[in-house]
Amino acid sequence: MIVPILSLTVLGVVLGLILGLAARYFKVEGNPLVDELEALLPGSQCGQCGYPGCTGAAQALADGTAPLTLCPPGGRAVVAALAAKLGVEVDLSGVQDAVPSIADVREELCIGCTRCYKVCPTDAILGAAKHIHAVFKEACTACGSCVDVCPTEAILLRQVPPTLQSWSWVKPGSQPLAANEGALAA
Amino acid sequence: MSEYLLLLLGAALVNNVVLVKFLGLCPFMGVSKKMDGALGMGMATTFVLTLTTAATWLLEHWLLAPLGIQYLRILAFILVIAAVVQFTEMVIRKSSPALYQVLGIYLPLITTNCAVLGLAILNVQEKHAFVESLLYGFGSALGFTLVLLLFTGLRERLALAQMSDMLAGAPIGFITAGLLSLAFMGFAGLA
Amino acid sequence: MKLFKLRGGIHPEGRKASSADRAIRALPLPPRLYVPLQQHVGAPAKPVVQVGDTVLAGQLIGAGQGNISAPVHAPTSGRVVAIGDHPAPHPSGLSAATVTIAPDGEARWFEHDVPADPFALTPDDIAARVGAAGIVGLGGATFPSAVKLKLSRKSGVDTLIINGGECEPYLTCDDRIMRERAAEIVAGIRLIQIAVGARHALVGIEDNKPEALAAMRAAAAGTGVEIRMVPAMYPMGWDKQMIQALLGREVPAEGRSADIGVLVHNVATAWAVQQTICLGHPLVSRIVTVSGGAVAQPCNLEVPIGTPVQALFDACGGFASTPARLVLGGPMMGHQLTHTSVPVVKGSSGVLALTQAEIGLTRPAPCIRCATCVRACPVGLLPLEMAARIRTDDLSGAVALGLKDCIGCGSCSYVCPSSIPLVHYFNYAKGELMAQARSKLKQEATKKLAEERNARMERIAREHEEAAAARKAAKAAREAAAKAAAATEATA
Repeated sequence: MIVPILSLTVLGVVLGLILGLAARYFKVEGNPLVDELEALLPGSQCGQCGYPGCTGAAQALADGTAPLTLCPPGGRAVVAALAAKLGVEVDLSGVQDAVPSIADVREELCIGCTRCYKVCPTDAILGAAKHIHAVFKEACTACGSCVDVCPTEAILLRQVPPTLQSWSWVKPGSQPLAANEGALAA
Repeated sequence: MSEYLLLLLGAALVNNVVLVKFLGLCPFMGVSKKMDGALGMGMATTFVLTLTTAATWLLEHWLLAPLGIQYLRILAFILVIAAVVQFTEMVIRKSSPALYQVLGIYLPLITTNCAVLGLAILNVQEKHAFVESLLYGFGSALGFTLVLLLFTGLRERLALAQMSDMLAGAPIGFITAGLLSLAFMGFAGLA
Repeated sequence: MKLFKLRGGIHPEGRKASSADRAIRALPLPPRLYVPLQQHVGAPAKPVVQVGDTVLAGQLIGAGQGNISAPVHAPTSGRVVAIGDHPAPHPSGLSAATVTIAPDGEARWFEHDVPADPFALTPDDIAARVGAAGIVGLGGATFPSAVKLKLSRKSGVDTLIINGGECEPYLTCDDRIMRERAAEIVAGIRLIQIAVGARHALVGIEDNKPEALAAMRAAAAGTGVEIRMVPAMYPMGWDKQMIQALLGREVPAEGRSADIGVLVHNVATAWAVQQTICLGHPLVSRIVTVSGGAVAQPCNLEVPIGTPVQALFDACGGFASTPARLVLGGPMMGHQLTHTSVPVVKGSSGVLALTQAEIGLTRPAPCIRCATCVRACPVGLLPLEMAARIRTDDLSGAVALGLKDCIGCGSCSYVCPSSIPLVHYFNYAKGELMAQARSKLKQEATKKLAEERNARMERIAREHEEAAAARKAAKAAREAAAKAAAATEATA
């Protein structure tokens, strides 16, 4: 009776000791994955994912508690990059790139309060107190932070119409052929 | 020397652990979607299998048999296997965080991979000597990795094929696994 | 004369006879000309005229911007009536910036200086004149020719190939121009040869154009320009295929013909170069084939740039039957037109009105892995494998198989027995890759901006703290001084 109890106990203790030593030797400081993931995210700290900034989002991604599709401004490019880094498959067809849009200041409503100017994560709003603000098209990521703080609802997100440069063919089969054919008869 | 080679080949092909003995089907179906993951799983399992066959042989012949407590075999083996898997997990986490992420739940599940326990017990049943045990474990692990990679290659191609929704994904995977198993049964003719 | 073995290629029915036997006619001026500011690869031109300005034929109306761009000229004399969006000749059917001109019918030419001896010009001078004339590749690629001339001279091109392949079915504009204007083309070839310093000049003409071949041979006699016959097949007009056929040299993957010392220009481009250098006329018109089963009298027209497509069909007797599809360009690589108000641009080689029987649309069926497309691909790619990967959203897998080397010639789609729109898959994937690259660029820019902002915020916060600390220290010092003074006073 005593022999099996003793031998199993000794076995357990010895293995536990080995593992304990190994854990100390192979200790991982933090999670290196978090830094790598954060580098892939846009870094504008806009908070649209619901996490406090891109570091929080990267942490959640590394823990596996957040879906890869969490970043609306990143679009499909970020999802694809994250999937490649984490080595998981992700159904990109479900992820639609947000329709490209930019913030637009309605001049008749802007009172020049500078609140939007202060919250913009990419410095895309130009303005000074008591002057109508303007948006730099190139820098705006359509994160919507300015829309939330505007006291007069003078800022709206406006869709950017496709141009000849940004237009591309749709995936075959994703749209019935007839849509193209009917145009002639019309 | 030649009998060792026969043992190795026999374990890898003729008595293939997955397709002939039907052990370790869980990672075979679970980690066979992407080549990278399959290769990582194959290597991790090879590492674990070789180490556990050695450890369990020592345990059996130095502890359980001398003390006459062979009835504790499964319990003791599981303990050793779990420890080795934990160790492997730590190593992988340190050396390759990405692979760690890819293997995910299947890495700790190597503990319950019946191929690992099955081989340890088979080694005892077949009364293999230490070197034979090692070769048997390593050969089986090679066989496991081989069929995992073959199957992954097939599934990668199947993912590109157009088929009815009813068959797409796991169902066609099982059918393919069955056909692959039939093919491996053919090796029995070599023995 | 040795011809080299070619990879892939298909032999579609030519259907050229209906328009090849009629001489080029000049199209009467339409009531409005819509001249898009982007008719070339690269940055769009910037308008230099204003609404209400009077312009002369050949006068600059849009200046090229940046390294790769081309200027745009008024096709005829008249008045600028609008500068703004007009439907562009583009598969999307979207609008683009366009200068609208109301012709006055007088066709007065803008005074351009013409050199006394064009063949005495320096290479740089020729390239500069070609650039100022807004000449682009007229075969359909529309790459600015002057850029090509300068790059080729820099990289030491030894052979100039003039592409008279015209492999697209229906199109006969190059055939006609070679038959009727061979002497001008040969002069243009010699000018390009001077501009790039090429020792050899070869013209490759498909064997289905014997009259053009004879005319070019007669014109080239004694000039050192060599005229060669190549077998008729599609896509012989692809520059790399033409190089392979004539020289047996293969352009490396993702490389350019200049990498192997060859420059390729279209015959119509050579003609445009001659017109510019010898007559001072910038590129304001081109030969366009009007053909297809639904056109009453198919023929070739010399068309001012900016003419709406409808005017071309009207000049050819209108439609004999209701067209099932209108195509701008050739049937293989051209694109569908949704309406006929789209203007003819520099790269428009043809407008086709096809009947239902000619397009023969069938529903795509599953791939049977017959690999007919693999045999047809002139680049040596695996269209079926690439399309399967694109269908399952594995774009990087398709790129690994050589998607970026696909020239979109459509040979694979043409031969596919299952009617799978293979080339559509590749066009979609290329667009998607471009979009991803753009979004990546934007993201990097965003990241930089956000980092700069964070750094600035931190600096401001630090400065605030430091200022507050300094104020505190100053206040403490003042109080201490006051206390000390009070203390001395008290002791005193």
